[in-house]
Amino acid sequence: MTGHTPSAEAATDEPLVRVRELSVRFPGVDAVRDVSFDIRPGQIVAVVGESGSGKSVVARTLLGLAGPGAEVSAAAATFDGQDLLGFPEARWRTLRGGRVGMVVQDALGAFDPLRTVGAEVAESLWQHGTVRRREYREEVVRLLTAVGVPDPRLRARQHPHQLSGGLRQRALIASALAARPELLIADEPTTALDTTVQKQILKLLRGRADDGLAVLLISHDLAVVAELADHVHVMRDGAFVEEGPTSRVLGAPEHEYTRELLAAIPSAGTRGRSLTGQYPALASDKPEPGRVLLRAEGVHKSYLAGGSREPIVAAHDVSLVVRAGETLGVVGESGSGKTTVGRMLAALVEPDSGTVEIDGTPWRRLRGARRRDARRRVQVIYQDPLSAFDPRFTSAQVLAEPLRLKGSARADRMAELLGLVGLAESVLDRPARQLSGGQRQRLAIARALAAEPDVLICDEAVSALDVSIQAQVLDVLSDVQHRLGTAYVFISHDLGVVRHIADQVVVMRAGRVVESGAVPELFDAPQHPHTKELLDSVPGFGDPKALVKPS
Amino acid sequence: MTGIVKPVVLRLAASVVVLWGAATATFFLLQATPGRTVDVLLARTQAGPEVRAQIVADYRLDDSLPTQYLTYLERLVTGDFGSSYVLRRPVVDAIGGQLPYSLQLIAATLVLTVIASALLAVVSANRRRWVQSSFDAIESLVVAVPPFWLGLVLMGVFSFTLRWLPAIGATSPLGLVLPAVALAAAPIAVLTRVLREGVLHALTEPFALTARSRGLSEVALRTRHVLRHAALPATALLGWIAGSLIGGAVIIEIVFARPGVGRLMLSAVQNKDMPVVTGVVLLAAAVFVVVTILVDLASRVIDPRVRG
Amino acid sequence: MIVRRLGLVLAVVVLAVLVLAAAFPSLLTGADPNAADLLATLRPPSGDHWFGTDQNGRDMFARVVYGTRASLLIGVGAATLALVGGVLVGTLAAQGGRVGDQVVSRLLDVVLSVPGLLLVFLAAAVFGAGGGTAAIGLAIGAVPGFARVVRAEVMRIRGSHYVEAAYGFGATRLSVVLRHVVPNAVGPVFALAMVSLGAMIVASSSLSFVGLGPQPPTAEWGAMLAGARDFVSIAWWPTVFPGAAITLTVLAATVVGTRLQRAFDRKEAR
Repeated sequence: MTGHTPSAEAATDEPLVRVRELSVRFPGVDAVRDVSFDIRPGQIVAVVGESGSGKSVVARTLLGLAGPGAEVSAAAATFDGQDLLGFPEARWRTLRGGRVGMVVQDALGAFDPLRTVGAEVAESLWQHGTVRRREYREEVVRLLTAVGVPDPRLRARQHPHQLSGGLRQRALIASALAARPELLIADEPTTALDTTVQKQILKLLRGRADDGLAVLLISHDLAVVAELADHVHVMRDGAFVEEGPTSRVLGAPEHEYTRELLAAIPSAGTRGRSLTGQYPALASDKPEPGRVLLRAEGVHKSYLAGGSREPIVAAHDVSLVVRAGETLGVVGESGSGKTTVGRMLAALVEPDSGTVEIDGTPWRRLRGARRRDARRRVQVIYQDPLSAFDPRFTSAQVLAEPLRLKGSARADRMAELLGLVGLAESVLDRPARQLSGGQRQRLAIARALAAEPDVLICDEAVSALDVSIQAQVLDVLSDVQHRLGTAYVFISHDLGVVRHIADQVVVMRAGRVVESGAVPELFDAPQHPHTKELLDSVPGFGDPKALVKPS
Repeated sequence: MTGIVKPVVLRLAASVVVLWGAATATFFLLQATPGRTVDVLLARTQAGPEVRAQIVADYRLDDSLPTQYLTYLERLVTGDFGSSYVLRRPVVDAIGGQLPYSLQLIAATLVLTVIASALLAVVSANRRRWVQSSFDAIESLVVAVPPFWLGLVLMGVFSFTLRWLPAIGATSPLGLVLPAVALAAAPIAVLTRVLREGVLHALTEPFALTARSRGLSEVALRTRHVLRHAALPATALLGWIAGSLIGGAVIIEIVFARPGVGRLMLSAVQNKDMPVVTGVVLLAAAVFVVVTILVDLASRVIDPRVRG
Repeated sequence: MIVRRLGLVLAVVVLAVLVLAAAFPSLLTGADPNAADLLATLRPPSGDHWFGTDQNGRDMFARVVYGTRASLLIGVGAATLALVGGVLVGTLAAQGGRVGDQVVSRLLDVVLSVPGLLLVFLAAAVFGAGGGTAAIGLAIGAVPGFARVVRAEVMRIRGSHYVEAAYGFGATRLSVVLRHVVPNAVGPVFALAMVSLGAMIVASSSLSFVGLGPQPPTAEWGAMLAGARDFVSIAWWPTVFPGAAITLTVLAATVVGTRLQRAFDRKEAR
């Protein structure tokens, strides 16, 4: 059985996928409510929404994989004219992989780690009989080459963990397209990737669409959607609140939710104002930066990773300065060493050579009680607040710990801290692990502030949060800085966030500082090629309205 | 392939260390045995000082401790485990004579365990809650039953009441059935559970979704993907089971009065026949070490992530 | 759900009855477990003798009840010793730096290489058979398992962000250990101890069966079964009741232990 070739006519009247009033119900939850959309060959249709909006359920339902316990109903749901609602399992299996392929977020988990990449890519060939058995190897090589994997013969023999994130994602796309489907469902295909790698994957998808592949793109990232999609649906709480050509929806949004989402995106254009609109005081100017609190001078750090003989250089000749009341952004891709630098500033890690000073004294010279006192002045907020709390603690216990160590945990002080971060007092009695992501991060900030630090190191503190929640936490951080004058070291891979919040920035790559300077100036006129590369890769340049596609 | 040499060599080196540790420990235990060896040896006879002196010389009981230790190690390496105090035969002979019977039992048990567990796991790896719960309950019950009691009950039912199978002392293949079943019951329960949970867990992993999205049937998903994943914890468990069977086989042999290392070991303990006791212990340690290496190799074959 | 609750309640009740039988056996039966009536040997269960009589005419029910103490003592003793030993050794390995860790782990490997039952055989050969030897031998055999769990837990907790944060607030080493390490590590280990209890009881009864446990005339379930073996063909009750007692005990201990384990897993994995 040969694969289906996409229709030669560019715009037929009958769409490839036609969905009207689709609803998906699980016990106790209406995950998807009355959504309708079309997808045509060669078109990239996006469904954008935050976590819990139901967008992934829509994707999986198109493959009949909504999950156990799902009740699916619709006025119409057709693929190439065939009615999906009555499909028996056997017909779904022909559809899956053969006519509709799927790519998900994390290729490391999506591939079977015990099988070779080649075997995984060939599995669709096996299932749908696209080519004869003895032609598998050549076909796999052809598929990998077509998605831009260099040295495909070697890669096909390797296992998924031996490939880099970008190569893995390409291979995953290859495996989804192996049996030549007409529609590709891409559920957060680039979320786990570095920005520069993401750019290449988006280019790949655009190329395939231009060749006639229909694409359903599921994403929380408005910038990615702006870069790639022709048509977009905005989803919230299971329903579509707005839809239309990308340029219209993102350029002139009509629904309030879409406007809020767009306003919440941090970028160069949002500097100095509240992302959520709830903190008007942020518009006033910040006081001038004060004295130097932390200084790193010529710092080196390398690790011996298990197994390899070559040491990994986490930091090479890194120098930077943190001033009171100022936010220093440390930006770079994964493996750039930014987390290690942050940990050295907090004295959690000792550099191999070079010095890190707090208020003029090297950390090395501080011992015992003096060291403990100094440690209190630099606090850390982590990316995953779940691991930052003792799993047995209630929120009150979490907050009380630093207070107790300084003196006593007075109720009025705790209420004051909660007020600073915008948390209601009712969270105190609940177990800390039951709070939502945004609440947990705010509790982490409140806890850190309880120690009355001079510097707060935020290590990818908002990276795991939805856009609107991220906006809230960023606003809280800005507000706290305005009130208390705390300095921040903001470590992030997200250029938009750094452009929004930082005063000074340090760009890192492979352990080295490639460029540093004041924020609006450095990004407006970057000098170093890597900085330019980073800026270039950001889809929509951090501001989706700046990059609109003609419909 | 060079990637596999280094870890194997390391594992062999670690195994040698373990064996050396076991040998050293048994040596010091021997020294700690209350009552001088000479007295134990001569417990049944009246002997004059010349005979005592002869025995001291033969067993080198007057040498300094480090010398005795080194001699001990030296003899072990050459395969000389000494002579049984009671049987007046080299330990290697005494154990070697009984070993085949025990090995038969252990082998039969292992085969039975693997086959029964695989079949039961396939049957019980069902998403339905009540199927899982019932298997869980039965497995807990089986593990709670002492193997020797199970042997007694089986004997009572099948040998004496129904008269289908021989009871005591039998060396025929039929005589293996009841002992093997009694010994295999608990391992089957545990291995089935681990296999089942491995399968059910793997079915919820992200790669299962990907495989389904390619159009794979549930059967194909299990055979091509899930089984291999479930085999990982099962292999490690099987290794541990094989090690513990040595101890269990000793008890079961005594229950069924079968020839084998069990009977030998028990009388050796009762008579304080230290060479035989330590010989069996060291043998068990050696078997365990071999099994560990095999499990390690098997894991590397199944899981390429371990190879690094 | 109800079935689960019921199972846990039953298990706890069974354990309570067993503790009662071990501590105050005279409350459960008036008969004397050692009173031999040679005119009434091997009588089947009846109104006079609920579990029948054994080959010496002794009342089986009384022997089973009075045997609870000896049968449980070794298992409980071994589990407790293993728990304490495992915590000490595991903590030593986790806190002892790279060298300490390696040394301890190698020692544990050596112990692990010999099956628990054979260790007791070895101990019995050296120190003589008896309940104490059996308990110590079983405990030593189980220590590596406990130590590994303790070591893994301590290392995991030590590397966690909340411990790091606690140091950042100025906590001393001791307060971190007391406030975070111990409370978080104790749960999984204790649950393991309960589950191991079942295995210990099976093992100790096996040892008594072959004569390496408490010596006669102490009533003990495994020893009773040894005596019953010769009469399997003619009397089922001397075999069935002591064995059922062992099985029931182990089942109850395992049920409670597994519930504890699941409760602690759920607390962590949210």
